[in-house]
Amino acid sequence: MKDGPITTELRLPSRLGFEKVAMSTAATVAELMGFSQDRIEDLKTAVAESCINAIEHGNHLDEELSVVVTLTMDSKALEVCVRDHGPGVHQEVHVPDIDRKMHGEESARGMGMFLIQALVDEVEYVSEQAGSYARLVIRLKAEGAQGA
Amino acid sequence: MVAPTKTKVEQNDGVAVMRFEGDITSASEDAVLGKYQKLPENTSKVVLDFSKVPYLNSSGIALVIQLMIAANKSSRTVACFGLSAHFVKVFKMLGLAKYTTISDNESAARAAGA
Repeated sequence: MKDGPITTELRLPSRLGFEKVAMSTAATVAELMGFSQDRIEDLKTAVAESCINAIEHGNHLDEELSVVVTLTMDSKALEVCVRDHGPGVHQEVHVPDIDRKMHGEESARGMGMFLIQALVDEVEYVSEQAGSYARLVIRLKAEGAQGA
Repeated sequence: MVAPTKTKVEQNDGVAVMRFEGDITSASEDAVLGKYQKLPENTSKVVLDFSKVPYLNSSGIALVIQLMIAANKSSRTVACFGLSAHFVKVFKMLGLAKYTTISDNESAARAAGA
């Protein structure tokens, strides 16, 4: 049995719905690592939202372009990197305001990045020359939200 | 290919129960808002049944918010039930519980805010 990090990689088409493939794979890896069911549910939503962002905003639904999801597990944490061909995220995470949404003062949408940040222990958005990636980390022993 | 969301609507005494079946995503506009818009005018309460919804993403939640906005404008109350513990948490994190009740079961949802 290998002691170091173990990596699983997925290549998804930029079509909505395929985020569920990444979601299921992340859940399976997290189960193997011994995460509790509620943390697995958190991870599934965060991974799905990251993939949707990559498909919609990074690759603009261009099915010629792939979203690459890399899951790296070690004894303490699971790291998920979601790569696309876009320029990356260059904005603060918007905290949705339900009152403003209900009164038509902000879009009903725009909650994905907030959910990602709220549901995992660490989030980072990195831009590179040939694309960008979101890096999510969920730890086996939750030490409280540590923010992005 | 994403399987379409199905919605069955049951109406009784001004209460409409919208029973969703399947994922609720950006592809579910007709199943959520389209079905809502066809409710009779005398509907005073809308009960949303999520017990057969295995996957709900932020775009799907945005459709639920749009339904709540429309209901609010018509002075209709909205009640939800059948959400998993995870999505109860997500709805509360996003503040939806301020504008809808979230119950464990249908009878509690029907009774909520009545």
